[in-house]
Amino acid sequence: MTSPEQGGTVSDRRNRSTLVRLIVSAFLMFGFGYALVPFYEKLCQVLDVNNLNKQDNSLPLNTQVDRSRSVTVEFDANLHKLPWNFKPVTGSMVVHPGEVVTIEYEVSNTRQSAVTGQAIPSYTPSAAMQYFQKMECFCFKQQTLAAGEVRRMPVAFLVSSSLPKDINTITLSYTFFEVPGATAEAAGRDGSAGTGG
Amino acid sequence: MAAIPGGADHAHDHDHHQPTGIMRWVTTTNHKDIGSMYLWFSFAMFLVGGVMALVIRAELFEPGLQVVDPDRFNQMTTLHGLIMVFGAIMPAFVGFANWMIPLMIGASDMAFARMNNWSFWLLPPAAILLTSSLLVPGGAAASGWTLYPPLTVQMGIGMDMAIFAVHILGISSIMGSINIVTTLLNMRAPGMTLMKMPLFCWTWLITAYLVIAVMPVLAGAVTMILTDRHFGTSFFNAAGGGDPVLYQHIFWFFGHPEVYIIAIPAFGVVSQVIPAFSRKPLFGYASMVYATSSIAILSFIVWAHHMYTVGMPVAGQLYFMFATMLIAIPTGVKVFNWVATMWRGSLSFETPMLFSIGFLFLFTLGGFSGLVLSMTAVDIQLHDSYYVVAHFHYVMVAGALFSAYAGAYYWLPKWTGHMYDEKLGKLHFWLSIVFFNMTFFVQHFLGLAGMPRRIPDYSLQFAEFNMISSIGAFGFGLSQLVFLVVVLKCIKGGEKASAKPWDGAEGLEWTVPSPAPHHTFETPPVFK
Repeated sequence: MTSPEQGGTVSDRRNRSTLVRLIVSAFLMFGFGYALVPFYEKLCQVLDVNNLNKQDNSLPLNTQVDRSRSVTVEFDANLHKLPWNFKPVTGSMVVHPGEVVTIEYEVSNTRQSAVTGQAIPSYTPSAAMQYFQKMECFCFKQQTLAAGEVRRMPVAFLVSSSLPKDINTITLSYTFFEVPGATAEAAGRDGSAGTGG
Repeated sequence: MAAIPGGADHAHDHDHHQPTGIMRWVTTTNHKDIGSMYLWFSFAMFLVGGVMALVIRAELFEPGLQVVDPDRFNQMTTLHGLIMVFGAIMPAFVGFANWMIPLMIGASDMAFARMNNWSFWLLPPAAILLTSSLLVPGGAAASGWTLYPPLTVQMGIGMDMAIFAVHILGISSIMGSINIVTTLLNMRAPGMTLMKMPLFCWTWLITAYLVIAVMPVLAGAVTMILTDRHFGTSFFNAAGGGDPVLYQHIFWFFGHPEVYIIAIPAFGVVSQVIPAFSRKPLFGYASMVYATSSIAILSFIVWAHHMYTVGMPVAGQLYFMFATMLIAIPTGVKVFNWVATMWRGSLSFETPMLFSIGFLFLFTLGGFSGLVLSMTAVDIQLHDSYYVVAHFHYVMVAGALFSAYAGAYYWLPKWTGHMYDEKLGKLHFWLSIVFFNMTFFVQHFLGLAGMPRRIPDYSLQFAEFNMISSIGAFGFGLSQLVFLVVVLKCIKGGEKASAKPWDGAEGLEWTVPSPAPHHTFETPPVFK
């Protein structure tokens, strides 16, 4: 049997070499954690997953379009005591229910000062109203036109595919009303924008 | 040896120059003292984490918000997880390792006694950092114990405290594991080859290697969060070109082996207890060693089954699904071996055996729900639901905790020199197993019905099961105090324990008197 002193030194040396190897392993594994970062990026690149820079050129496909039906949409423009010119760029068009369509209206201010107006839509037949969905419309907010300004304004809409079968023509009619006092207010807002009004 | 004033020049009789009082425990390098401190610390943290669990269950007792505000609730789920995993279960098994490994292999102490002292004394500062972060402005980390960015990149100083606590706990467990590996490889008694080691030593050897391999990876991950928070890096910040999903990969590369770091020493304890009370040697010792090693190796290649819902390619999901299911094979080998050990054995049902059988039943149940979750198609439905909570509490509480109790009751006579109160021990077991199932079995139903985890409020249809679960949780929490009473009674007195109080027990630890003297095996025994 070896005395504790002798056994101690031999075993101490073995212990120390095991210690060194294990500490080195721990540090290597710490490095491995960091190495996972470029490894992950490379792997994603090779497998072409998770690529945030990839351009997605395919347009979102609308599967809700009912191509078996066609509906004529007519566009109308009216002015209520407003010295503007207001007309649709396209008079009417044929659309499929479910199809997203964008058309434009043109408006010009003939007065020598800025005027604010608000357009109110109406539908014929009125039963079509709940099936006519506007995603974008100049009627959503007041429009202020400077003196002599000409503006083209879009309307993006779709006719719902649940439109009753007996409706084949929809007339969308806008009437522009002047918003009294709004122009001065809007001008005041613009003028005092710098002071944080 | 010990650089203690007055003790340095009398190395031969350092027994008589030990500091007394608190300094004895602060400066101790004795594996038994350190083992005891680990066990007491982990029990204290178990109670702290348990109180947090009870806050969670109190809030979930009824629908609506009653007890804590949602932010505190999130802090409770986070700290409960961190404290139970890193503060309670892991130190408990390191405590067993410290106490028992030198006794089982006939070594006089752990290989690096001074480092052992350090490993333990790093734990209390980490615990203080974690718990006191509840008091800082903004509160503690509230991201869940997995510390996922982007939440963790945004939170207040409590998050920094949690990160430092994880660093310290990691360093402590790595040092502890280096000590265990070195002790097991170099300090076995003459004649004890690796394949003659008790299975508890084998499981700890494998666990310690796992700790050394993956705790540094976790340290790296939380360091990346720290530099993202304060030093302008963008590892996980999408605005700077980083990727939060990368964190999940790094975390679960650590996290899945971590599950086995908790489970494998539990297997080891049960593999000591079941043969002792079946009065038969362990069935299939070599296959146990190989099965445990296979589990450890497989644990490195299955991590992404924790993150099926991040948007993985189907090929990836299939790979991780099949690799995960593969783990059921070595685990099945172990379960069948334990059952075969009991087969036609001369069984007796003392408390350690009861906890081991409870472990066997409930851990297997948790393994089966894990198999359900491994299926990608099913997991996408059950991800982050209470089904997952039920699953991992079956393997962590009924698995690891019950096994720790089995070990504690099994070795208490060796530690204290007294037999524990068998009646109270059995009471502890039956209360635990009834309330455990009351708490967690119903959570399977909640998860299947769609109740998400980590949310302080829920829809009305979940009310009954949540109420049952909360009552069970309070019952379970209070029953654990029975264990404290048993241990205190056992330390104070009781029937004297002989060197080998269990007639079927095998191993060198039963050749030293009970209580084990302060110094054992100063000359190594010869192992036949």
